[in-house]
Amino acid sequence: MSEETFKSVKDLPSTRLLCGGTPMCSGCGALEALHEIYDILGKKTVFVNAAGCMTLLSIYPFTPFRGSWLYTAMASAPAGAQGVRDALDILIEKKQMPPEDDLQVVVLTGDGAAYGMGLSSTSAAIDRELDFLYICYDNEGYGNTGQQFSAATPHAAKTATSKGPRGYPGYKKDLFSIWAAHKPPYVATVVGSEPLDLAKKIEKASELKGPRLIIAFSPCPTGWGFDPKLSVEIGKLAVKSGVWPLKEYIDGKVIHTKIPRKRVPVEEYLKVQGRFSHLFSPKRNEELISEIQARVDAYWKEVEG
Amino acid sequence: MKRRLLTGNGAAAWGARLANVDYVPAFPITPQTEIIETLGSWIDSKEMAGRMVTLESEHSMVTAAGAAAATGVRVFTATSSQGLLYAMEMLYTVAGWRAPFVMVNVSRGLSAPITLEPDHNDILAARDSGFLQIHAATCQEVLDSVLMAYRLSEDARVRLPVIVNLDGFYLSFTREPVEVPKEDKVLSFLPPFDPENIRFRASTPISQAVAVLGGGPYSYFRYETHLAALNALSVFDEISVEFGRFFGRSFDAVEAYRTEDAEFVFVMMGSFATKAKEATDRLREAGWLVGLVRPKLFRPFPKEHFLKLLKGKKGIAVIDQNISMGKGGVLYTELASVLYGSLDDGPVMASFIGGLGGRDISSEEFFEIAKVIRRAAEEGKAPPPRLLYTEEELREMRKLQVIANAERNQAGKRVGKKDE
Repeated sequence: MSEETFKSVKDLPSTRLLCGGTPMCSGCGALEALHEIYDILGKKTVFVNAAGCMTLLSIYPFTPFRGSWLYTAMASAPAGAQGVRDALDILIEKKQMPPEDDLQVVVLTGDGAAYGMGLSSTSAAIDRELDFLYICYDNEGYGNTGQQFSAATPHAAKTATSKGPRGYPGYKKDLFSIWAAHKPPYVATVVGSEPLDLAKKIEKASELKGPRLIIAFSPCPTGWGFDPKLSVEIGKLAVKSGVWPLKEYIDGKVIHTKIPRKRVPVEEYLKVQGRFSHLFSPKRNEELISEIQARVDAYWKEVEG
Repeated sequence: MKRRLLTGNGAAAWGARLANVDYVPAFPITPQTEIIETLGSWIDSKEMAGRMVTLESEHSMVTAAGAAAATGVRVFTATSSQGLLYAMEMLYTVAGWRAPFVMVNVSRGLSAPITLEPDHNDILAARDSGFLQIHAATCQEVLDSVLMAYRLSEDARVRLPVIVNLDGFYLSFTREPVEVPKEDKVLSFLPPFDPENIRFRASTPISQAVAVLGGGPYSYFRYETHLAALNALSVFDEISVEFGRFFGRSFDAVEAYRTEDAEFVFVMMGSFATKAKEATDRLREAGWLVGLVRPKLFRPFPKEHFLKLLKGKKGIAVIDQNISMGKGGVLYTELASVLYGSLDDGPVMASFIGGLGGRDISSEEFFEIAKVIRRAAEEGKAPPPRLLYTEEELREMRKLQVIANAERNQAGKRVGKKDE
């Protein structure tokens, strides 16, 4: 494959390598992204997983993966990837395994692990220049335990542990910048509802060596409170409103891959989700809506210069 | 066979080197660090093949160790104390993966209060993890244990990780003459690791460590791990015979010292048992019929060995270098559960706690312990558990407390002045 493989949506694979019938919720934005990613990565992969929603993909004796899988724990999936990668390298070096038996090592965690408990082991894996791909499906909360807020939760969102009238008091952590500060070969944000952008980035990541890290924005019907059929639409709205910037860090530079020139008001994105309903009823909270809009505007003002 | 003057840590490193380990995930911690430094320098100078990687924590270190073993290479790692506890989640996890590898733990007392010196609360916290445990008392045993541990760990009837334990300072930094076996002999005793079909390969995809739903499958896998650990009892004895044939030294699951005609027996683990051995000789000189029993294998627990050795004894003194808060000695509890109902007219048992945080156990105390257990046997009544501590130690402690109080008062005055 080369960078030119995916020029239009028509070029995207429709292999559906990841089987259906998983116990993920309907409309799961993380599963949507994973389907698209897996079709590009293929089955010569071993997914090293940390505790989260996706842990339930492989339940004895079933797995939707055609390739391999190792569940580790919540904090240390990148260290598991280190052990697998090193062992494969050793086996190839000692000629105890043919190079064609080699696997791409892929860490798969949610935002709870990526933004919090697993940040130390991720940082260290980047320090060690581990050759691996990290996929964080970011559903902006501890989804598998019923959507309590995490360090990835956006300001004002209602979660199981921020039910007050102002929602979550903190601000979503900028994991993209934290990862990029380590200067790895590649960092990118994606969303399943922008499959062409996603495919190009996963392909680019596959062609590089060393730590490559992807944050996949993952609309979550059960956690965010919306009809599953709106999942793709909400992903698109996140991009169009500028809430979820699609970008990549490569060769020391951050490039925005899709700049929404005429951004829709953030309100359009907020009002279709139960987790922000307290901003609109019983009384419109103009102050909070404006604050969120102002933060998005400030971000893009800096990008556009 | 060459004899070298090695520290316990040096002997552990030699064990790993002779075992031809492929991979060493590491993290420094006192008093273990010398092991990974030694291996690191050998790998750097190409005296030893293999790859070493320093992780950012013991939790990650054990994750990487398990993951590499699950991919099919021979893995060695080492830790100590707080590090072992920091990794505890992964100890249970990788044992559940049935990932075979060897980890050396250099025992050190646990925080709080923080200390550097040894006792066994760290290693015993891993008791129920699924790791098997071998406890060494000499530097020679450290090296031998590592070789035995790989055979045990990789045996298809077992396939579980193994911890080899040695005591910090008393063993880790003590030099003893150690017979270092020849490489080719070790290779015949311990051939390369064969992971069979449990490994990651592109041509044969596999899911490892997947979730289960419900208690049925969960219990099945947990029982299977327990039964595999029990299998290790007979496998250990089998390997031990082979070990003797290869290296001309025995390596039994339980050491028995002057027990045959003994009426009273000390039971201890680790390097402090050598103090009990010395006391046994002195008590013998004074006409006492005493002996020493020391389990090298602690998990699986060598029940039958104990029953055979303790049958017909009048009294047993278990000296625990650990303390289970609100219960007492762990080895005492374990041994009591084995002896209860198993021997007719079983011996009286007494529990002693000593050696916490490296506190010495003097030969006078062993004499006192012998007296206590003899009296108990005569009266046919088990004495209450004893926490070993001398009047002299208490006096010294009181002095420290006086100083601590004086310091606090002084500090209080200084703060008071500032406020004025």
